[in-house]
Amino acid sequence: MKDLSVTLSGVTLKNPVIPASGTFGFGQEFAGWYDLNLLGSISFKGTTGEARFGNPTPRIAECPAGMLNSVGLQNPGVDHVISEELPAMRKLFSGPLIANISGFSVDEYVRCAQLLTREEQVEILEINISCPNVRHGGMAFGTDPAAAAEVTRAVKAVATKPVYMKLSPNVTDITAIARACEEAGADGLSLINTLLGMRIDLNRRKPVLANVMGGYSGPGIFPVALRMVYQVTGAVSIPVIGMGGVSTARDVIEMMMAGAKAVQVGAANLVDPMACPNIIVRLPEEMDRLGIHSLREITRV
Amino acid sequence: MRFEITENEPLTDAVWDLRLTGDTGAITRPGQFVQVALPGFYLRRPISVCAWGPASLRLVYKVLGQGTEAMTHLQPGDALDLLTGLGNGFDPAVLGDSPLLVGGGVGLPPLLGLAEALLRAGKTPQVLAGFNRAEEVFLTEDFRALGIPVVITTLDGSLGLKGLVTDALPSLRFDSLAACGPLPMLKALHRAVQGVPALYSLEERMGCGFGACMGCSIETASGPARVCREGPVFRGEELMWA
Repeated sequence: MKDLSVTLSGVTLKNPVIPASGTFGFGQEFAGWYDLNLLGSISFKGTTGEARFGNPTPRIAECPAGMLNSVGLQNPGVDHVISEELPAMRKLFSGPLIANISGFSVDEYVRCAQLLTREEQVEILEINISCPNVRHGGMAFGTDPAAAAEVTRAVKAVATKPVYMKLSPNVTDITAIARACEEAGADGLSLINTLLGMRIDLNRRKPVLANVMGGYSGPGIFPVALRMVYQVTGAVSIPVIGMGGVSTARDVIEMMMAGAKAVQVGAANLVDPMACPNIIVRLPEEMDRLGIHSLREITRV
Repeated sequence: MRFEITENEPLTDAVWDLRLTGDTGAITRPGQFVQVALPGFYLRRPISVCAWGPASLRLVYKVLGQGTEAMTHLQPGDALDLLTGLGNGFDPAVLGDSPLLVGGGVGLPPLLGLAEALLRAGKTPQVLAGFNRAEEVFLTEDFRALGIPVVITTLDGSLGLKGLVTDALPSLRFDSLAACGPLPMLKALHRAVQGVPALYSLEERMGCGFGACMGCSIETASGPARVCREGPVFRGEELMWA
């Protein structure tokens, strides 16, 4: 057996493959396809202080090599997540969980972090300051270094678990945001969230998405994500979880060669529910082909 | 799940009949759907199950965009990757002994599987099928071959009763309703059949089709629901028709 394990801020994952928040719900939909314990971790559905229905439909548009979504953080709210979803998830997955937290105010991020940091199975808090689909929140915090630092400091003050800030690619210089988060005490970073995009229905002469714009994900954004992970890991010394269009075991290795310590798989789960286990099975084969003995030996190129 | 195409033929200018062989074990109810992976397209295409056997599957689809257009070029012998058994489907137990099945255009195909299930359950369904014009009529003979009476309406009166499916309702006797078609048709039916047990199959643009992406959520009387998972079939009283 090859050693696929990786460590994030002292948290050991048996492999670096993590389903990305928003593409995996709370795991229930995938448990019929495979044993979730194959996964390194799970970043569960972005959780806010109150339940949210999200945006009107259509929320999905197809793109070459990917898709747009404008779901808008639909979730049952932090209290329901803690009372219902996490106990149900524990029956399916015994490994470390990543709690993805979103908010519309610093107070909301803090309240969610205070509650979720107490959950035993939650080992990392991933603070989403990069959702492109909501106004007055989400991405507004992730596109300004001072605001990103403010959320980081506030969450760090209440967190007893490592805090990873999830960054937006919709910025001029992602390293400025990354450095601001690091200086404010972030334990790590997750990147990238989706790229803001748009499609128009030629027949209707109207935007495809009811919300007009949405987040672009899928293989088309992989080179952008890889570039940003490379830039950020060159600019900060805290660990980075790389994501954005990762679809294959080779993408995982490439993302780690760009500097990521672990990798999230997003849109690929939606078109192939077996995407993650397939990647995990292929990973040792690709490592053999490339002469890699342990993922820990992969360093930023 | 890998399926193999045995037939792919047009029924009208825009509607095609795709027949496949493969393991249909995951399909448990009529009105469920499959997600079709198409080379060159990132997202799968959700298509309702028209009819199925232990190792055979029939999908009747309408060409609506580039993906379904690409499907018309599929040839017998080609392999197709499907996710099957998606959605809740129609629960025949909700329907009475004389259900009326109402299909608007390409809403008709899942009602064929439902009709077969209802016949097996000893019920006597009848079909009301609405189209724009005679050249667009399809699948009605498949119902008649099962011995099920079919009433056809066309908007231009070129076949059957001239008008909408709701114009044909007063002349029909039924104790329950199952419908699939455009949302305005479903809303009009809902207004016309108050008090009758009714199941409506909805359509929504989907991402995954199995409940993970929250792309197809709607508000219902009992809270948010995913058309792909809690649906596509909803009881009339669950839907917010505003």
